[in-house]
Amino acid sequence: MAKAKVVVLGGGVGGTFVANKLAKHSDKVDVTVVDATGVHHYQPGLLYVPFGWEQPEKLRHDERKLLKPSAQLIKAVVERIEPDKRQLQLLNDGTINYDYLVIATGSCPIPDEIPGLSEGGHHFYTEPAAVSLREALSKFEGGRIVVGIAGFPYKCPPAPIEFTLLLDDWLRQKNLRDKTEIVFVTPLPQAFSIPTVTPLVEELFARKGIKIETFFNTESVDPQNRKVLSLEGMELDYELLILIPPHKGSPVIIASGLGDKGGWVPTDKFTLQVKGQERIFAIGDATDLPVSKSGAAAHFEAPILAQNLLHLIEGKEPIAKYDGSVMCFVEAGEGKATVLRFNYERPPQPPKPSSWWRWLKALMNRFYPVAVPKGIAPDVFLAMLQGKFAEFQPFCGSDLMKGLTQNKNS
Amino acid sequence: MEAQVKADKVVDARGAQCPGPLVELIRAIKEVPVGSIVEVWTQEPRTKEDAKAWCQRSGHEFIGAFPADGYERVLVRKMK
Ligand SMILES: Cc1cc2nc3c(=O)[nH]c(=O)nc-3n(C[C@H](O)[C@H](O)[C@H](O)COP(=O)(O)OP(=O)(O)OC[C@H]3O[C@@H](n4cnc5c(N)ncnc54)[C@H](O)[C@@H]3O)c2cc1C
Repeated sequence: MAKAKVVVLGGGVGGTFVANKLAKHSDKVDVTVVDATGVHHYQPGLLYVPFGWEQPEKLRHDERKLLKPSAQLIKAVVERIEPDKRQLQLLNDGTINYDYLVIATGSCPIPDEIPGLSEGGHHFYTEPAAVSLREALSKFEGGRIVVGIAGFPYKCPPAPIEFTLLLDDWLRQKNLRDKTEIVFVTPLPQAFSIPTVTPLVEELFARKGIKIETFFNTESVDPQNRKVLSLEGMELDYELLILIPPHKGSPVIIASGLGDKGGWVPTDKFTLQVKGQERIFAIGDATDLPVSKSGAAAHFEAPILAQNLLHLIEGKEPIAKYDGSVMCFVEAGEGKATVLRFNYERPPQPPKPSSWWRWLKALMNRFYPVAVPKGIAPDVFLAMLQGKFAEFQPFCGSDLMKGLTQNKNS
Repeated sequence: MEAQVKADKVVDARGAQCPGPLVELIRAIKEVPVGSIVEVWTQEPRTKEDAKAWCQRSGHEFIGAFPADGYERVLVRKMK
C-alpha cells in the first residue's frame, strides 16, 4: 500500500505533538509540517516575561529540532486551504498537496477589535507585547493598574488571573504595592469562567486586596485621558492598562471559509474530525471545541487524533474519543500554584495552592522542549493526573529540585 | 411579557457552555440599534439569571426567559 501523505498545518503545540505521534508510523504515513516561521514559541513562559523572570529568547525553539527526523518541515505561510483539490495554496506562490490534513493553526489575539486598546493597553500574549509590558512595568511608580479580560474567547483562561497574582508579588518585591491599586475587570458575572474555581480566585484576590469589577465588557479605551470604558457604562481611570484582547482563528481559516464567524473550525468534539470534511482533522486552539483553548487540551487531543487518522488511512472507522481532558497548573502567587483537571463531564476541583504544584509547573516549563520530540508529554501528564508522581512530593523543596526548576521569582 | 414577543435578532447559542450564551447575548446587544430585542437560545440553566443580573447592571431590559423544545429563549431589549 502506498504511504498516505499527511500534512500538518501549524507547528505549535498541537501540530508538533500530532506530527511526532504520526511520525512513529513512518511505514504507513509521510508527515509534513507546514509552519509560517519554523520557530516554536513556548507561550506559557510569556507569563513571566513582563516581570523579568523569563527571557523571551529562551521561549523560542527551532521547530526542526522538536520534530522527529522522519517528519518533514516546510517553512511557508499558507494563504488558503482548498479541500476540493486537497491542496494548500501558499502565500508566495506554490502549492502543497495532501491526502489528509491536520489543521493546527492556533488562535490570535486581536486588540484592534476594541477601539483604543492597541494604543492604550498592554498584554503579554505575544512576545513583542510581553516585552513592551516589561518596559512599561519597569517605569511604573504607582497608581491604578486595571488588569483583566477585554473579551471572549481567549486562550489559557487562567492566565490573566495568574498574571494578576504574580503582579501582586512583583509589586510587593519592588515596594510598590502600597502605592498601587489593582482592579481586575471581567465581562463575566464572577471572577472566573468555571464556577467551581471561582471561590478560590475570589478568596485569593480578597486576601491580596485586589478589587474585582464584574460585568465589565470593555467597549473602548481613551489612551489620551487614560480611561477605559465599559458597555455597561462604567469608566475607570488607569495608570497602566493590561487587558487580554479577544481572539480569532488564523486568517487562513477565515480566508478558506472553513471557520465559523470567529474563525474557529467546526470540529467533532470526540473524533476531532472537521465537520463535513472526511480527510481533515483539527486540533488545539483552532477548533470550536467546548474546552479551554490551551496547550494541555492540544496535548490530550494529539494521541486521539493520530489514532483516528491512522484508522481512517487503514479504511477503518475513526472511533477513538477525546473526552475533553485538560490539565493546567495555575500560579497562585507567593510561590504556590494549584491545578485544574477537568473534561467534558467533570468540572475541576482545584486543591489548596501549594509549592508542590508550583514545582510541577516549573518542571513542565523547563522540560517542555525535551518532552515534545519524544512525544511523551501527554503520557507524563496522564501520570501526573493519576497522582503517580506524588511519591516525589517530599523532594520538591530540596536544593536538587530547586536547581532543576529554578525560576527567578521563587 | 408573553412568549410571543418578536425578536429583531436571534442568536442560537445552544450547545455552548457558560459563559458562551451570555457572551453571545452581549455581543448581539452591541451590534443592534437601541430599542431592538435580542433573543438568545441557550441550554445553560445559568444564562437566565446571568442575563437578568447583566441587564440590571447595564440598564437594558430583561424581557424574560421562555421554555422551548429542549432549550430556553432569553429575551433582552437594548435600552441605550
Ligand atoms: C501567556 C500565555 C500563557 C499560557 N499558559 C498556558 C498554560 O499554562 N497551560 C496551557 O496548557 N496552555 C497555556 N497557554 C496556551 C497555549 O500556549 C496555547 O493554547 C497553545 O499554544 C495552542 O496550541 P496550538 O497548536 O493550537 O497553536 P499554537 O501553539 O499557537 O501554534 C499555531 C502555529 O500555527 C502556525 N500558523 C498559523 N497560521 C498559519 C498559516 N496560515 N500558515 C502557516 N503556519 C501557520 C503558527 O505560526 C504557529 O506556529 C498559554 C498561552 C499564553 C499566551
